[in-house]
Amino acid sequence: MHIPKALDPVEAVKGAYPNAVLDVVQFRDETTLVIHPQEIVSVARFLRGTNGLIYNYLSDISSVDYFPDYNRPGRFGVCYHLLSMLYTRRIRLKVYLPEDEPVVQTVVGVWPAANWLEREIYDMMGIIFEGHPDLRRVLMPDDWDGHPLRRDAPLGYETVMFSFNVDEINKHKPYAQE
Amino acid sequence: MGVISSKLGNMGVVTTTLDTAVNWARTGAMWPLLFGLACCAIEMMATQASDYDMSRFGMELNRASPRQSDLIIVAGRVTRKMAPVVRQLYDQMASPKWVLAMGDCASCGGVYNNYAVVQGVDEIIPVDVYVAGCPPRPEQLIHGVLTLHEKVRGESLAQWVRE
Amino acid sequence: MVAPIVKVEPVAIPDSMKQWEGSLEQLRGLVSERAMTGETMLLNMGPHHPSTHGVLRLLLELDGEQIVTCLPDVGYLHTGIEKSIESKSYEKAVPLTDRMDYLAPMSNNMVFALAVEKLTGLDVPERAQVIRVICLELTRINSHLVWLGTHALDMGAMSVFLYCFREREYLLDMFEMLSGQRLMGSYIRPGGVWRDLPAEFMPALERFINYFPGKVDDYEKILTNNPLWIDRTQGIGVIEPDEGIALGVSGPSLRASGVNWDIRKSQPYSGYEKYDFNVPLGEHGDVYDRFYVRILELRESLKIIQQAMKNVPGGAFRSTNRKFVPPPRAELGRSMEAVIHHFKLWTEGYAAPDQEVFVAIESPRGEIGCYLHGTGGNKPRRAHFKTPSFMHISALGKIAEGHMIADLVGIIGSVDIVLGDSDR
Repeated sequence: MHIPKALDPVEAVKGAYPNAVLDVVQFRDETTLVIHPQEIVSVARFLRGTNGLIYNYLSDISSVDYFPDYNRPGRFGVCYHLLSMLYTRRIRLKVYLPEDEPVVQTVVGVWPAANWLEREIYDMMGIIFEGHPDLRRVLMPDDWDGHPLRRDAPLGYETVMFSFNVDEINKHKPYAQE
Repeated sequence: MGVISSKLGNMGVVTTTLDTAVNWARTGAMWPLLFGLACCAIEMMATQASDYDMSRFGMELNRASPRQSDLIIVAGRVTRKMAPVVRQLYDQMASPKWVLAMGDCASCGGVYNNYAVVQGVDEIIPVDVYVAGCPPRPEQLIHGVLTLHEKVRGESLAQWVRE
Repeated sequence: MVAPIVKVEPVAIPDSMKQWEGSLEQLRGLVSERAMTGETMLLNMGPHHPSTHGVLRLLLELDGEQIVTCLPDVGYLHTGIEKSIESKSYEKAVPLTDRMDYLAPMSNNMVFALAVEKLTGLDVPERAQVIRVICLELTRINSHLVWLGTHALDMGAMSVFLYCFREREYLLDMFEMLSGQRLMGSYIRPGGVWRDLPAEFMPALERFINYFPGKVDDYEKILTNNPLWIDRTQGIGVIEPDEGIALGVSGPSLRASGVNWDIRKSQPYSGYEKYDFNVPLGEHGDVYDRFYVRILELRESLKIIQQAMKNVPGGAFRSTNRKFVPPPRAELGRSMEAVIHHFKLWTEGYAAPDQEVFVAIESPRGEIGCYLHGTGGNKPRRAHFKTPSFMHISALGKIAEGHMIADLVGIIGSVDIVLGDSDR
């Protein structure tokens, strides 16, 4: 079977969507394409469908919160990790979202695997995926308030009990009586 | 000692023997609820399986239904989403019932001191025996079970009637 | 979908059930319209259930015995490990990663260690790489044994459970020799492994290698050609290759559908390219193929361990870069730099650059990936783990449609989910 020759993904995406690519980062043999949030679905479809690229497997969608450093062009970053099984190579697409409107189009139409991954990001970070068929909480209880993995959300820990603060902690700690 | 012994007067020796008999029966075949949550469940399964056989101590099988079991071994971390379920299961169990908190996460929250894990299952249900370890070795779990048996042998009928 | 034999008029919700109407509304888009009128039954399976491997809740919409929709509900074991890692230094985060996929703890350690090494540019000596391969393959055998035991137990073959856990005791003894702990050893750390192989490890491994193939033959004798097993597992829970790739299935479940993708072969790590082993592939993608692929993988893991055992090179077991790896205690008495490094590493920890990396390895369940983003300081900004069970549970909703409830137990078992892995 004839396998089409592998293309350079950066050049191919820049050629097809010149306005979409905001930045290219190379770090430790990984390539990251920073994409404009409006163009993410078109670039994703292009990368999956084009001969020579065929990124057919969505490995992961992760989210990052740059609070309180704010040293990136947006508070939130969403990274799509793609894998091409045919050419055995990976690439990362990154999207930066502003703090007041963390909304991005869903890629469920391109890779159905994105369904639960995007639900988890909505649950943990509060980023809304437009067009998602079923955007509700997946890991936290349905009536939970807030988004735990944001950097300004508290860890929610309990003070460690030592012998000097045993009584104080026991006053507030709920113990089941029966 | 309560109602029974005052009515019986100098026949208190009967209640003592009755206590021993009842407690012996309770410890002889205490069936745990099939309730493994996380990693401690694997060690609980290993304790139930070949090398460290818990059937020697009467725990031949785990019952899936809470109404048929006497003991709930909370094996693993209890998260805030799971907490109401644990409470409901404990409420569904019939008296007499005992709780063994297996592992660090069930005893005190363990390694996890954050928003998602209940810091010790004794915040939800009253615990009789705590077994420490992450996860506890099968021998430790068996020691915990035997400690529970000793505690049960020390219980008396009068307390039970008063409840 | 089977056409109903008797024409059923959709029944309006009776008055006594009106109190539940609100919660039924929440399911409006998720279950089919027939559930809204009461034609099909909604059954809740779990979270406390003997056959869901852990605390998984499945909301089933049933048309008689047949499943119309299956909605998995996870999160009952969500421990906030990712948030906890953000408040710990890199070395202290390693024991937390152990407890995600608790049947294969060294795989989680490995993926985190690889990510930290990639981020910081740390080297790993040859000896550590070979020891890591041995540990990973032992972990794979360990995980497949638990899977086989619980899957067979769910399907009714209870003695296989006892056999598998008996074999596991030898493996756990070996893990205890290495790290002091039966499970959760945190043995694989950034830079190499925690400590050198003790003297009794290699003889124990030899004995295990000679003893185990006979046991795999035993399991095959009980199950592989058993007509009951074949009847219950063939043709059930079929995953088409394209569907599997699209849904994010990976590992043995994907290889059973015929997709030849194994990260150990295609993007090797830790020296896997040096070992000669086959990747078993299935044909039909049903429960039987997933079972048989894993049995063959048990044998392949033994092959890899045999090759790795023969040439374990000498040298350091962990990187000697003292900026990242604490010095051994003997050195502390002799060198001032060692004391300073020791102090700095155990109080503050080492710094990683403000960049992101993604590493994926082949865990016994599938592809586990670690996304690590540093801050330039000693704590990570974000550690995200893409775990295979999370994807498989979401795929389970699609695979289970059209089957009977009795087959569902077999499907859940064959897809090999671990709830700690899925919920983290």
